[in-house]
Amino acid sequence: MKKLKILIITLTVIAVSAFTSENDLMIMKDGYKVGDIATDFSLKNIDGEMVSLADFKEAKGFIVVFTCNTCPVSVRNEERILALDKKYKALGYPVIAINPNNPAVQPGDSYALMKVRAKEKKFTFPYLFDDGQKIFPQYGATATPHTYILKKEKEGLRVKYIGGIDDSSRNAANVKSKYVEDAVDALLANKEIKVTSTRAIGCSIKV
Amino acid sequence: MLVYIFLYMRYSRIYTFFIIICCVLIITSCKNETDRAKETNENDVIEVYNFNQLKPLLNKSNDDKIHVVNFWATWCAPCVKELPYFEELQANNKDVEVVLVSLDFPDKFESQLIPFVKEKNLGSQVILLDDPNENEWIAEIDDAWQGALPATLIYTDTKRTFYAQSFTREDLLKEIEKFTKI
Repeated sequence: MKKLKILIITLTVIAVSAFTSENDLMIMKDGYKVGDIATDFSLKNIDGEMVSLADFKEAKGFIVVFTCNTCPVSVRNEERILALDKKYKALGYPVIAINPNNPAVQPGDSYALMKVRAKEKKFTFPYLFDDGQKIFPQYGATATPHTYILKKEKEGLRVKYIGGIDDSSRNAANVKSKYVEDAVDALLANKEIKVTSTRAIGCSIKV
Repeated sequence: MLVYIFLYMRYSRIYTFFIIICCVLIITSCKNETDRAKETNENDVIEVYNFNQLKPLLNKSNDDKIHVVNFWATWCAPCVKELPYFEELQANNKDVEVVLVSLDFPDKFESQLIPFVKEKNLGSQVILLDDPNENEWIAEIDDAWQGALPATLIYTDTKRTFYAQSFTREDLLKEIEKFTKI
């Protein structure tokens, strides 16, 4: 009986400690989870201006996309990112693109070349440079492209979705589920988001 | 205490893997024969697989080999940089079997992947994974993987580790060492 007691106590301790430590590790390693409050930032846009999410007084939320000039998966998703901004900016969910890469490692992702890329592709959204790579680790972005949907709430910017733009990053013609569109549509309709986190092929962030 | 928790988490994960492997083996056992026939193809043939066809290569057993499955793409610079280390492994170590799973764009198969494999004269088996349902199969390969390239799975009958990272030659050999039976 005593043994059983010890066993139960041990198991409880393991379960509790494993659970809490996992949470701690997640925050350290993986950044935000759905439901967390995201911090705002102040990052330099391609026009030289500093941009914060607080600047967008009218916005209901944001589609934050970590993307870059060089990653072929990002390039292949540029049209989709433009389409998201076109559709959802007017509805209160503008796209905010952030380049998380270190140009010392990936010279094609320099601030100067961000300007070139944005001009070439006629970006309609801010394209911000995560200078010093402070912001992407807070979010926990692991790849380009990597999308976070944030909703303005009383407590701050609530993370509502993390993951891919859709279920077919490599081939737009094969898309069956448009995760980001579905999520923003649900937010706009005050409905629950069915799929709140997904995975997608991408380029590792260059640190 | 931290070490204890770490070990606990680690082994609980391995246990989960074990269950998944068993399920996969049972489900795919009938299919294995046809897939094995494909595996023995010449190295210069690049097979195009969907995830179900790839799965047996992620779960080989009873062959005493160290299986190294590298997820890469011709467009991924860190992947291309580490490819030679995997090729050296395949060439120099009889106990290691390397499979290079390309996530190149399926519409660039002819124009990019095939010429690249020919030019580099890759000796390892190369497979193009063309399966649109990436949200599901990325998680199935490893729960910790978000889908960024490169990534590598190393496994034997008794040990299985997933690496969402790139390797130096030294680091890769160090990891392989951990799988070598004494």
